[in-house]
Amino acid sequence: MPELTPSQTVGPYLALGLTWPDGHLVVPEDAPGAIVVHGVVTDGAGEPVPDAVVETWQADADGRFDHPEDPRGGSGFRGFGRCLTAPDGSWRVVSVKPGAIGDGQAPHIDVSVLARGLLDRVVTRIYFPDEQAANAADPLLATVPQERRSTLLAVPDGPGRFRFDIRLQGEGETVFLAV
Amino acid sequence: MTTSPPTHVRGYAPAPAGTHPNLDWPAYRSTELRAPKHRPILLPHRLTEVTGPLLTGPAGPADNDLTRQHAGEPQGQRIIVFGRVLDSDGRPVPDTLVEVWQANAAGRYAHQNDNWPAPLDPNFTGSGRVVTDSLGNYSFTTIKPGAYPWRNHHNAWRPAHIHFSLFGRAFTQRLVTQMYFPDDPLFPYDPIFNSVPDEAARKRMIATFDLDATKPEWALAYRFDIVLRGREQTPFEEPHA
Repeated sequence: MPELTPSQTVGPYLALGLTWPDGHLVVPEDAPGAIVVHGVVTDGAGEPVPDAVVETWQADADGRFDHPEDPRGGSGFRGFGRCLTAPDGSWRVVSVKPGAIGDGQAPHIDVSVLARGLLDRVVTRIYFPDEQAANAADPLLATVPQERRSTLLAVPDGPGRFRFDIRLQGEGETVFLAV
Repeated sequence: MTTSPPTHVRGYAPAPAGTHPNLDWPAYRSTELRAPKHRPILLPHRLTEVTGPLLTGPAGPADNDLTRQHAGEPQGQRIIVFGRVLDSDGRPVPDTLVEVWQANAAGRYAHQNDNWPAPLDPNFTGSGRVVTDSLGNYSFTTIKPGAYPWRNHHNAWRPAHIHFSLFGRAFTQRLVTQMYFPDDPLFPYDPIFNSVPDEAARKRMIATFDLDATKPEWALAYRFDIVLRGREQTPFEEPHA
């Protein structure tokens, strides 16, 4: 059987290969029910990371994926967002709030972060602050030490806006996940 | 059409030890403030992880020919880079987007932050994309990139390489890697290449020269097969109450 190809860093010039003009638009800005999820990527010194890319993957508003593995069938929802960080480390994705999949998990968005200085991607998850009951029953959150759980929760930031900062290292380090 | 999510999800097999770099790798200085210090928490594969974007992305006519994106031809050795995208069960990965980017023949990236004194090439941007066919095959035409200096340590030079980004068919299959060229004298000195612990795995990042695929009086050819994660043998059962 063929053996896996190793991971390598995206390096400092990732923008050359990974820039999509509409990458951050999982749905158009003016789509009904559109939300903005945004934040800043920072390093172990608290400095912004200006050469990272944040990628998001999520179910649609009904908790479904437009993918053959989801037997419920797709809605045509792209589900994928990609935003390169700006010089101030900021990123921003326009999407809809994912619905509950129906498998006992709280609504969530899977996130990959790739950057110079990361030899492999790091993975995390965004959960929503207005889903307290669902979050309390979520099987992944239950495995995260209580004192670090808040790093996986987006912060309300006005109507239809959620803030999710990603701290690669140091105080308040984001919980990263082994996939 | 059913209205329930699947109750059994078959996840993707973990990588054998030594396949991927450890994030904490001091020889590559940029890891110092960026590699997380906490151990990652296991995310069992559920529906979000075994699905993924099946995008072919924004594709233009010259996207798989990096030598035809400008008015003139770029300087350098014209090459064809091709191969198959497979999973570790040996199955082809069809219809998946492959994104590539690279330096020009002189080793300079068309990026505002790359300022070392090598010439830019007005006829070369160095980014391309191609979608695999139904058998997982891909091919693109480019020029052979040059080595370039970086400031990781005294007199540090990266071996010539092409960056590859792949999605596969699931979130778990996402891979970003670099393709290297055979017999590069810079291999022993490069902390990024050597961040892969297993020597055999490291060598899988090196393309092979393929005389049969060259085009006479036109282009040399290098084969680079890419292997993404395959499935677990047993499904993960949701512990429904």
